[in-house]
Amino acid sequence: MDKALIPDGVKRSPFPVFAGWLLVLFAVIGWGVYAGIVVLLKALNVTGLNDYFGFGFYITIDLAIIALGAGAFFSGFLFYGMSRFFPALKELYKIINLAVVVGFVCYTGALAVLLLEIGQPLRGWFGYWHANVHSMLTEVIFCISCYAIVLVIEFVPLILENRKLDAIKPLHLFGHSLHEIMAIFALTGTFLSFFHQGSLGGVAGVLFGRPFAYRTGFFIWPWTFFLFILSAVASGPAFTALICRTIEKAGRKQLVDRSVYDLIAKIVAAFLSIYMVLKIADTLYWALDLAPSFGFKLTDFYREPYGIWLLVVELIVCGIIPAIMLLIPQARARNGLLFTAFALTCIGVVINRFVMTVQALAVPVMPFDSWQVYIPTMYEYAPGIAMLAYCALVISLAYRYLPLFPREKELNPH
Amino acid sequence: MSDNGHTQSGVLYGMAIDLDKCTGCMACSVACQAENNISFRPDESNKLRSITWMEVYYLDNGAEHPDYRFSYLPRPCMHCNAPHHSPCTFVCPVNATVRDEATGIVGHIYPRCIGCRYCMVACPYHARDFNWWDPAWPEPMEQMLSPKVSTRMRGVVEKCSFCSHRLNAARSKAYLDGLEMSEVTYTPACVEACPSQAIAFGNLLDEHSEVARLAKSERAFRLLSKLNTEPKVYYLSRHPWLHNLANASL
Repeated sequence: MDKALIPDGVKRSPFPVFAGWLLVLFAVIGWGVYAGIVVLLKALNVTGLNDYFGFGFYITIDLAIIALGAGAFFSGFLFYGMSRFFPALKELYKIINLAVVVGFVCYTGALAVLLLEIGQPLRGWFGYWHANVHSMLTEVIFCISCYAIVLVIEFVPLILENRKLDAIKPLHLFGHSLHEIMAIFALTGTFLSFFHQGSLGGVAGVLFGRPFAYRTGFFIWPWTFFLFILSAVASGPAFTALICRTIEKAGRKQLVDRSVYDLIAKIVAAFLSIYMVLKIADTLYWALDLAPSFGFKLTDFYREPYGIWLLVVELIVCGIIPAIMLLIPQARARNGLLFTAFALTCIGVVINRFVMTVQALAVPVMPFDSWQVYIPTMYEYAPGIAMLAYCALVISLAYRYLPLFPREKELNPH
Repeated sequence: MSDNGHTQSGVLYGMAIDLDKCTGCMACSVACQAENNISFRPDESNKLRSITWMEVYYLDNGAEHPDYRFSYLPRPCMHCNAPHHSPCTFVCPVNATVRDEATGIVGHIYPRCIGCRYCMVACPYHARDFNWWDPAWPEPMEQMLSPKVSTRMRGVVEKCSFCSHRLNAARSKAYLDGLEMSEVTYTPACVEACPSQAIAFGNLLDEHSEVARLAKSERAFRLLSKLNTEPKVYYLSRHPWLHNLANASL
C-alpha cells in the first residue's frame, strides 16, 4: 500500500524507517496534546503566564512560526504575480509546492496553539460576531482564518496529485481545475497574508501605554506593521529553503536545482537589506526620539536576562551579517555560508517576535514597578514543540506521498 | 465633541485620591473586594496572579534616614480618557471592554470577553486582572455575594468599574424620583469605606463638584500622564517627590 502511494519514479526510505520516524513525531504530538488538554481542563494557571506577562510563549511561537511560514504567500506572490514581469522568478516553480505545504502547516499549527492561548476558547468565534474594527487583533483573527482557508485550497490540488487519487478521474479533473485558478488564490493569499503579517506587528506597535513597543506610523498602521511584513518576507523564503535543504540531507538526494537556492538567496538578500535599513532607522528613531519623549532612555529597556545583547544579536548577528553574506555572490555560492545566512535570518525574526512580545512586557512602565522574568512551563512549550512536530509530520507525509518537487526525477536518475 | 476627540455628555466621572490623607489602611481595597464579588485563593501570596481591583502601593523617596519619606498609593482603574479610545478599549478584538462616552466609565463585559489578555498587555497601570482559576469563595461567603454584581468566570479579564452598578441603581432611583439623569450622583464602595476621607468621586465636568475642584488643585497630579493616557484618577500631595515619582523614568 505504501509503495502504491509513492509518486512514480522517485525513491523513498524503507517503510519501517519512515514508520519509526512517524512514531517519534506522534509521541511528541501526543505529549503536546496532553499538555494542551490539561490547559483546557485546568485553565491557564498551569502556564507561566500571569497578570504581568499576559502574553508569553504561545504568542511568541505563533508570531515566529507565522513569519517563517510567509514563504508560502511571498513565493506565491512572486511566482504567480511577478514572474510575468521578471521571468527569472519562474524558477520558484521548483519549490512552490513545498512553500505551500510549509505555509499550511505553519498557519494551521499556529491556529491550534491560539486555541490554548485564549482563556475562553469556546468564545473564539466572538471575534467575528462582536468584531472591534479598531483592534489589530480583529485584523489578525480575520486574516489568519481566511488565509488558513486559502492555504487549504492551495494544498488540496497538491494532495490530489497523489498517484492513487490522481487515478480517480473526477478528482483529477477537480485538481486540474483548481490548478487553473490557483493564481487567484495565490494572490488572494498574498493580500490576506500581507495584512496578517502586518497586523501582528500592529498588535505591539499600537500599544501607546507601552513605550517599548509603541511606534508612530502611517495612517492607522504603526511602523511595526510594515517592519513585520518585511521581516516575514525576508525570513519566510529562507525558512522554506532551509526545510528543503533538510529534506535533501535526510533523503541524501538533490530535490531542487542549485539555481533555486541562488534565486531565494537574492530575494532574501534584497528584502533583508531593505528590512535592516528600515529596522535600524526605526530603532534609532525609537531610541533617540520616541522613547525619550515618554521619559525613557534606551538603557531603561534592557536588563538581564533581557539585556542589550538581544538587540545586538537581533540587529547585527542575525540581521546585518546574514544580509551582507547574502549580498556577496562568492558567499552565496558556498552552501555552508548560504544556509548559515538563511538560518541566522530565521533566528533573527524569532528573536524579534520574542522581543516584541515578552520583553515588551518585562519592561516596567510605572516607575515603582519592578522587572519581572517570564519562565514558561511544560504546558506552554510542550504544545509549541508538538506544533513543530505536527509541521514535520505533514511535511514528511507530503514529501513521501506527493510529487512536491517537479525536478526530483530528473535530478536523481536511478 | 470634546477636546479629546470623542463625543461627550455633561458627565465625566473621575476620582481624586489625597495621598497625604491616606493611611494605607486598605479599607478601600477590602470594600472593593466585598462590593464587587472579587474571588480569592487560599494562598494569595502570588500577587501576579491575585485579583485586586484597588491595589495599594507602598512608595518611598529612596532617601536615607532622616530624609526618608513614604506614602501609600491606592490604584483603581484609571478609566483613561485618551483621545478616541483608552489604551485598553481600542485593542479589544470583541468590544468586550468599552468606554461609555456618556459617563467616561470604562466597563468590561465579562460574558463577551474571550480572555485574550490584550487589554491587560495594553494597560500600563496593571489595573486589569485575569481569572486564572474558577472563582471560589469559602463557606459561607458564597451566600454573602452581592446580587448586584455578576461574578466572573475563569479565563476572562476583570477590573475596577467605578462601581457602575451603583450608578445604575442611582439612575433607577432618579428615574422614579423624576430627576434628570445628568443630576445623578453616586458613591463607589472605596470612597464610602475610606475612614480618612482621602478619596473623592464625582463629575469632573461639574465645576462645583469636589472632585473637579481637587483635580485642579496645585497638589494634583496624575500617574504616567506622560504617556498621554489621560487618566481620570487624580492624586493629591504636597510632596514634590511624589509628583516627580508619578512620571519618573525607571
